[in-house]
Amino acid sequence: MAESPSPPLPPLPKPYQDTAAYWEAAREHRFIIQKCKDCGEYQFYPRGVCSHCLSSELDWEEASGKAEVYSFSINYRAPHPGFADKTPFVLALVTLDEGPRMMTNIVDCDPDEVRIGMAVTVTFDDITEQVTLPKFRPI
Amino acid sequence: MAKAMREVAIVGVAESDLGRVPDKSKFQLSAEASRLALDDAGLSVKDVDGLFTTIITEGGQFSSMMMAEYMGITPRFTDSTSIGGSSFVVYVEHAAMAIAAGLCEVALICHGSTNISDRGGKGGPVSQSSEVFGPTQFEEPYGVSTVGSYALAAQRHMHEYGTTSEQLAEIAVATRKWAVMNPKARMRDPITIDDVMNSRVIASPLHLLDCCLVTDAGGAVVLTSLERARDLNKAPVRVLGSGEAHTHRMISQMPDLTQTAAAISGKLAFERAGLTHADIDVAEIYDSFTITVLLTLESLGFCAKGEGGAFVSNQRTAPGGDFPMNTQGGALSYTHPGMFGIFTVIEGVRQVRGECGPRQVPDARIALCNGTGGVLSSTGTIILGRD
Ligand SMILES: [Zn+2]
Ligand SMILES: [Zn+2]
Repeated sequence: MAESPSPPLPPLPKPYQDTAAYWEAAREHRFIIQKCKDCGEYQFYPRGVCSHCLSSELDWEEASGKAEVYSFSINYRAPHPGFADKTPFVLALVTLDEGPRMMTNIVDCDPDEVRIGMAVTVTFDDITEQVTLPKFRPI
Repeated sequence: MAKAMREVAIVGVAESDLGRVPDKSKFQLSAEASRLALDDAGLSVKDVDGLFTTIITEGGQFSSMMMAEYMGITPRFTDSTSIGGSSFVVYVEHAAMAIAAGLCEVALICHGSTNISDRGGKGGPVSQSSEVFGPTQFEEPYGVSTVGSYALAAQRHMHEYGTTSEQLAEIAVATRKWAVMNPKARMRDPITIDDVMNSRVIASPLHLLDCCLVTDAGGAVVLTSLERARDLNKAPVRVLGSGEAHTHRMISQMPDLTQTAAAISGKLAFERAGLTHADIDVAEIYDSFTITVLLTLESLGFCAKGEGGAFVSNQRTAPGGDFPMNTQGGALSYTHPGMFGIFTVIEGVRQVRGECGPRQVPDARIALCNGTGGVLSSTGTIILGRD
C-alpha cells in the first residue's frame, strides 16, 4: 500500500544574484556563459564581476555547447545520499570551445569509453521542474 | 622581516589521543594537545598570547575566539585563516611573523577533530545538504567529492606524463613501512603494491589504499623567540624559511591540474631559507592521497614536472631510501582527522630534534614540511632546522 519512498535528490543549486540567469536559461535548455564587455574574456562559473579584470560589465552569450574532456573520473562511491542509485557516474572537467573549464557529468555513454580529449556536446538533464543541469555527451 | 623570522623557534609539539576517540570532543582533543605541547616546551597556558586555529566542522564558527575561551586564553594576536589542511603549516609562518614583529611572544597553534566519530565511526558521505548556495553549486550537483577532485588530477597527470597506478602505489607502500615503526600509527601491517592495486577503486584512477585514513585527532605546536627558546626544555627548532599560496577553491577552477601552489610556496621557502633541495634531510609532505604527494614533490622542485612517478619508484621514500618522507606514516597510515597539516610540522620538529626512535632519520638536521589544503588549492611550506 505504502509507496516506496523516492530516493533523495542530489544537492541542487539555489540560484542567487550572480547565477539566476544561468539556471533560468538551463531550464529552457539554453547554455549561456558570460563574456566581459571590457576585456573580452569569457568566464565560467557566472560571477557578478569579471575574474580577469574585475569589470561589472558582463554580457550573457549563447555558448556553442561544444567542449573537450580535460579530465574525468569514474566515481564508485556516492558523495551524498542523492547519488546512491547513480553510481558509477562520470565526474568530468570539460574545456568549452569558448575557453573556460567547467565541471559536469559525461552521460549517454559507457563510463569505460570516456577519454581525455574526447569531443562532447551539451545536453540537458531536467532533475526537477525547477532545476535543469547542463551535462555533456560524446558527439 | 623574513630574516627576523629566522630568529623564531618551535619549542613544543604534541598530539592528543589519536584514532577513534568517541568519548572526547574535538575541542578537548585540541586543548589536550595544547597542554601536552606546552608541557613539551616547559611553558604554561598562562604564557600564551598568540592563538592560531581553525575548525571547519560543526561548532567551529569563530574558531580562535571559541578555542581561546575554551582554554582560558586572552590572545593579543589571533588568526583563524581557514584554507583547509595547510592552514596549520601556514600558521607557523604567521606565528613567526607575529613573534618577529613583537606582536606576541608565545604562539599556540592547535587543532582538534572528531572526523571519524562524527560519522558514526564510518567513512562515506559527509554532505546531506539538499540546496547549494554560492559557487560550489557549479560542482556539488554533479557529485563532486574530495576524492573525486584528486582523482581528476591523477587522471590528467597520467594522461600528460604516463604516470601509472603502480607508481602512485609506491608512495602508499613506502609510507606504510614508516608507520610500522610508529606505535601511534593506526595502520601498521605492511602492504604491497599489489595490495594497493587490488584494493577497490573509489574514484578512478584512485584505489582505496591511495586514500588517507579518516580518524579523530588533535595536535599542537608552540613557538617563541629563539632567545626565549634557548632557556626552555627542548632544543629549539628554527623556522628557517616559509611560504604560502593558494590558486583556487574548486577543482574546476584549478589553473593546471598537474601543478600545485607548492610551486610558489616552496620557492619562497627555499629562497628565504637560503637553502637548496640537496640540503633537505627529511620531507613531511601532506598525503591526503598518493597523487597529492606526487604533485607536491614536482611542484616543490624535488624533480622535474612529469617525473614524480619515476622519482618515487623503487621505494625511494621508504625507510633506508635516499628520500625519507612521511616518517610517522603520514595521513595514509598514521592519522588523518580531515586536516593533516599540523602533523607534518610535529613530525618535522621531532625528526630535527632526533627524538623519533626506530624511525629516526640519521642525523636529520633540516626538515621540509608541506601542507596542502582544499582540493590541491592551498599550500604552506616551511623549512625547519636545528639551532
Ligand atoms: Zn574583464
Ligand atoms: Zn584547573
